[in-house]
Amino acid sequence: MIVEQISVFVENKEGRLLEIAELLASNNIDISALSLADTDEYGVLRMIVSDPYKAKDALLAQGIIGKVTDVLAVSISDEPGGFAASLKRITENGISIKYMYACVSHQKGKALMILSVSDLEKAEEIVSSNKDDVAPTEIYRLEGKK
Amino acid sequence: MPVRDKIETMPRQELKKLQSERLVWQVKRMYERVECFKTRMDEKGLKPEDIKGVEDLHKLPFAYKKDLRDYYPYGLFAEPLTNIKRVHASSGTTGKRIVVGYTENDLEMWANCVARMLEGIGITKDDIFQVAFGYGFFTGGFGLHAGAEKIGATVIPISSGNTALQIQTMIDFKATAICCTPSYAMYLAEEIEKAGVKDQLSLRVGVFGAEPWSESMRKEVENKLGIKAYDIYGLSEILGPGVACECEYQCGMHVWEDNFIVEIIDPETLEVLPEGSTGELVFTTITKEGFPVIRYRTRDICSLEYAPCKCGRTHLRMNKPSGRSDDMLIIRGVNVFPSQIEEVLINIGEGKITPNYLIKVDRVNNNDTFDLEVEMSEDLFADDLKTIALTEKEISEKLRSALGLGVKVHLVNPKSIARSEGKAKRVLDLRKI
Ligand SMILES: [Zn+2]
Repeated sequence: MIVEQISVFVENKEGRLLEIAELLASNNIDISALSLADTDEYGVLRMIVSDPYKAKDALLAQGIIGKVTDVLAVSISDEPGGFAASLKRITENGISIKYMYACVSHQKGKALMILSVSDLEKAEEIVSSNKDDVAPTEIYRLEGKK
Repeated sequence: MPVRDKIETMPRQELKKLQSERLVWQVKRMYERVECFKTRMDEKGLKPEDIKGVEDLHKLPFAYKKDLRDYYPYGLFAEPLTNIKRVHASSGTTGKRIVVGYTENDLEMWANCVARMLEGIGITKDDIFQVAFGYGFFTGGFGLHAGAEKIGATVIPISSGNTALQIQTMIDFKATAICCTPSYAMYLAEEIEKAGVKDQLSLRVGVFGAEPWSESMRKEVENKLGIKAYDIYGLSEILGPGVACECEYQCGMHVWEDNFIVEIIDPETLEVLPEGSTGELVFTTITKEGFPVIRYRTRDICSLEYAPCKCGRTHLRMNKPSGRSDDMLIIRGVNVFPSQIEEVLINIGEGKITPNYLIKVDRVNNNDTFDLEVEMSEDLFADDLKTIALTEKEISEKLRSALGLGVKVHLVNPKSIARSEGKAKRVLDLRKI
C-alpha cells in the first residue's frame, strides 16, 4: 500500500540529527522507520512517522526543511528468499527502485519494507494483488493513505 | 636603472601644464563624440570651454559604472570602430561585460607604459620573459606581452595555467623574468620547491599584479623563487597593466601622469581630498583615444605620494590599495560582485532559491578558495540525494559561466545565514593579505 513519508534536509553539522529526533519527540510524533542517505555536506533523513504533516510543520518552525511524499510499503515473509520474491515481482514489471529501507514490524513472521519506486500506482497494484502480501494496516501504527 | 622616456623625469610644473593641455583636448573631443559624456556635462550646465586646465578637473562629472553597462558594448567609444584595433573586456556588476577599445595610438601608448615599467626595474632586451598572465578578454597577457616586445625582450607567451608546463618551460627556455598574479606566483613557488628544481631556474625578476597581495607574500615569493618581485597596478577601464608600477626602489607605484590624472576623493561626499589623504582613487585618461574616461571611480582606496623619488622620476606614486569602497571582491584575479551571484540565484527555477547566500573567501596555501552557501528551500529539496546534487551542480555551473570562476556551492538550512536589518550578510572574506 501507499504510505506517506517525510524526508528532511539535514546539514552535516554536529547535533542536527539529535535536534530533529528531539523535536519529533517533544511533539509526540512516533517514528516507525527511518533511513539516512548522506554526502560529506548534507543528508536526507527519510522517516515513516505517526503524523508526517505535524512533523513537517514542527520542523519548519525550527528552520528545518521537510517534504511529504508517497512511498510504497511492502510486507514480506521473514524467511529466506522472501525479500527476493517481493523485489522480483516489482522489478519484473519494469519498475525501478530509487531507494528502500526497513520498517518496524509487529507481526510475527513478517518484515516490512519502505520503497521509493518509479511508478508508484503500478507497483502498488502488483503488491496488493499478491496473496503473500499482508495489508500493512495490521502493522504497528502504519496507516494507509486515504 | 635607465629611464626610458625623458617625460618620466619632467619637472612637475611642466607636467601639470602638459596635463592641462591634454585634459582640455580630451574634454572637448569627448563632448563632441561621446553622447553619455555630453549628457552628463549638460546636466551640470558645463561646456568644454569651462575646463581650462587641471584645476577645473573637480568640476567634471564622474564616469558611472552604470554608464559602462548601459552603453554596452561600444556606446562609450570616442572613435569609430574602423579606428579600433582591439577590444578587451572585464566583468561588470551584472552579467554584462565592460568592453574597452584601443586605437593604434592607444596600443602604442599602452606598450610604452609597460615598457617604461619593465625598463625601470631593469628588464632589458637580453631577458627571456615568461608571460603567465592570461591572454584573452583579460588585459594582463597582451599588455605585458606588448611592453616586453617593445623593449626587445624574448617573449614566451605561455598564458596562465598548466603549472607543470610553466615550470618545465621556465627551466628549458631559461626564463629570466616572469609575470602573473601574485597568488599564482606563490603557487608556482611552492610547486617549484616541492619539485626541488629551484637551482635549475634562471629567473631573476617577477612582475605581479591584478589582485591584492601583501609584503609578506612578496618576501616569500622572492625567497622561494630567488627573484626580486615588483608590484604593478592597472585596470582595463583605464588601460590594463602598466597604469602604475613600482620602480627599483619599491616605494609606491609611479602613475604615468603624462597619460593619466589621478585624484583622491571621499567616496561618501565625492569631494576631492587634500594631498596625502587616503581615499578613493579616481582616474582620468588624457591621451587615450578609443575608450577615454573622465573621472573614473576605481573604488580602490589608497593614498598618493608626490615627493620626488630616488629613481629621479617626478611622476607621483600611489600606495598599494588598502581596500575597496564597494563590495567587489577580487578572487583569483577575477572581479566578483555579489550582485552577479544574486542575479544567477534569482534566475534559477524562477524563485526556487531565496537570494540569501553567503560568499566565503579564504586563502589556503596561497590560493583563494571560493565557497557559496545557499539556503535550502522547500522547492529545491527532494527526497533523494541525486536530485539535490543535480540542483547543486546547476547552481555551480550557472555561477561559473556568469563569473568565469569556479565556486563550491553548499546547501544549508533555511534562515541559517545571519541577517542584519532583514538583509543577509553577503560576504565573509577571511583572507589575511
Ligand atoms: Zn621611483
